[in-house]
Amino acid sequence: MTLRAFLTNRRAMAGAGILVFFALLAGLAPLIAPYSPTNINFPPMLGPSAAHLLGTTANGQDVLSQLIWGSRDTLIVGLVTATLISGIQLIVGIFGGYVGGWIDEVLSMLTNIFLVMPGLPLMIIVAAYVTVKGTVPIIFVITVTGWAWGARVLRSQTLTLRSQAFVEAAQLSGESRWRIVLTHIVPNMAGILVANFFGAALYAVLSEAGLEFLGLGNVNTVTWGTMLYWAENDEALLMGLWQWMVLPGVCIALLGTAFGLLNFAVDEVVNPRLRRT
Amino acid sequence: MTAPVQAAPEGSATTDSALVLEVRGLSKSFTVGSIGRRRRVRALNGVDLRLERGEVLGLVGESGSGKTTFARALAFLDSPTGGEIWLEGVRQPLQPTPRDLHRYRSRVQMIFQDPYASLDRLHTVYRTLSQPLRSFRIAPASQTRAACAELLESVGLVPATDFLDRYPHELSGGQRQRVGIARALAARPALILADEPTSMLDVSIRLTIMNLLLDLQQGRALSLIFITHDLAGANYVSDRIAILYAGHLLEIGPASALMHDPYHPYTQLLRKAAPDPQGGFRRGERFDASGEPPDLTELAPGCPFVPRCPQARAACHPHLPAWRELGGQHRVRCVLYD
Repeated sequence: MTLRAFLTNRRAMAGAGILVFFALLAGLAPLIAPYSPTNINFPPMLGPSAAHLLGTTANGQDVLSQLIWGSRDTLIVGLVTATLISGIQLIVGIFGGYVGGWIDEVLSMLTNIFLVMPGLPLMIIVAAYVTVKGTVPIIFVITVTGWAWGARVLRSQTLTLRSQAFVEAAQLSGESRWRIVLTHIVPNMAGILVANFFGAALYAVLSEAGLEFLGLGNVNTVTWGTMLYWAENDEALLMGLWQWMVLPGVCIALLGTAFGLLNFAVDEVVNPRLRRT
Repeated sequence: MTAPVQAAPEGSATTDSALVLEVRGLSKSFTVGSIGRRRRVRALNGVDLRLERGEVLGLVGESGSGKTTFARALAFLDSPTGGEIWLEGVRQPLQPTPRDLHRYRSRVQMIFQDPYASLDRLHTVYRTLSQPLRSFRIAPASQTRAACAELLESVGLVPATDFLDRYPHELSGGQRQRVGIARALAARPALILADEPTSMLDVSIRLTIMNLLLDLQQGRALSLIFITHDLAGANYVSDRIAILYAGHLLEIGPASALMHDPYHPYTQLLRKAAPDPQGGFRRGERFDASGEPPDLTELAPGCPFVPRCPQARAACHPHLPAWRELGGQHRVRCVLYD
């Protein structure tokens, strides 16, 4: 029933369509991309042509190949970070909400501290202190700064579910706390967990692009964020190389839209009050 | 069916095997309000009760009287804050360890008021019923399904195989409540707390569920505390009835005595309000039923019913009236019968 509502939801299908498109691009990059993204032996600053459909960069790399290969890193960062963030949210939110007492107080305070700190500045500071540049530190930085909001949502959901009669009935049936959490509380929040996952993925993709554009990632890897960094650095728009500057941004926006649409769609399916006829 | 009951709730620890539950001075208070404006709500004040094996006790009171609090305290969903609970001769710690709770709940089960909220919508009937069977080690894993089917048959959901794999949304309200009853039975308890088990059901199936409870209770020598706001319903199922008001017991006695010869002015009020064609209001007759249940944060020391009582007098105010024995296990807490 729920699956059907999801499959007939237009936002869900649009989001899933975009996501599948980028997933195929990332998975088949070696087959699709015309050249190696790091090959710098082409004439620099070419406009679109038959040999280079989207032209070349100031360093003589093929823009199309970079765009295709760049989807890999972006998708990996998005999905891995979303998984990590969801895991932390699950543990902090549900553990605090269900156990209560001083453990909940400490976890709530921690959550609130991370909530009041503005995300991007915090990320920049943390990233500046991380000396190793690359994908792993970026995932780390985004995870550390991005879990708090969802943890708070899950905590309040847990508090609501915990006082439901079916949870109390399960207690009377002799179920242990952890079995109740795993068999009653988490399954009843499944929709919110999935929506949160896509929300976190959206946050991760945009944050990664932001950090890399500022040069806080490893500028030698090929991602959409670093493409933007180099395009800005080499004044792509002054040179008339608009496709080099615009297309990575469009891709980031599209992938973000996909995650956002999926987030809204899941929200809509699990919360019937948001459903439109 | 009622075995004789000792007259006074006070007395030394007992190992009387006929006694399933003895509650002495059970109290429950909640702290409400934010820091600086904290107040204590006394939802239960020194409730004494005894329950024999195979006995049905009707606990009657209006909303806010503490009857649900009583059930939740006895089930340790909200642990009591004072008093003693003796179950089958063993005193229960008020701060139980998980082990204590597990042992206690294998003997005391509860039927919930709302059959829509008390079943997990994601679990099939089989999964719901197998929970207590597994955790209390009632049936080995290989026989869980057969045991669940047997439980469903005993609550009248036949053929049981049709119901085992259904989800709650595929059941009617009455069928859900039958599943709730089967779940309570699964642990093979000595005592079942039924918290207004019929109040959320259609009027037409209330009696069916009450009869089912009675059949099960008689067939298994179960003790049952039937909580309701309806004196007539309590009279139908109970051997004895206890009247709860503002967390205090005001009158307790054989069901027929409370129904036909109520002593406490509050019981008389409930009696008048009971929808019964043979009694109750006559046209043109007025019974003063004004007033609201008292604010439980500022209870005066006297009888809690004083503000609404048509026969209140000076003697009601200084302290809570003592229990008066009326004979035949009928007791009332009112100064009118000194």
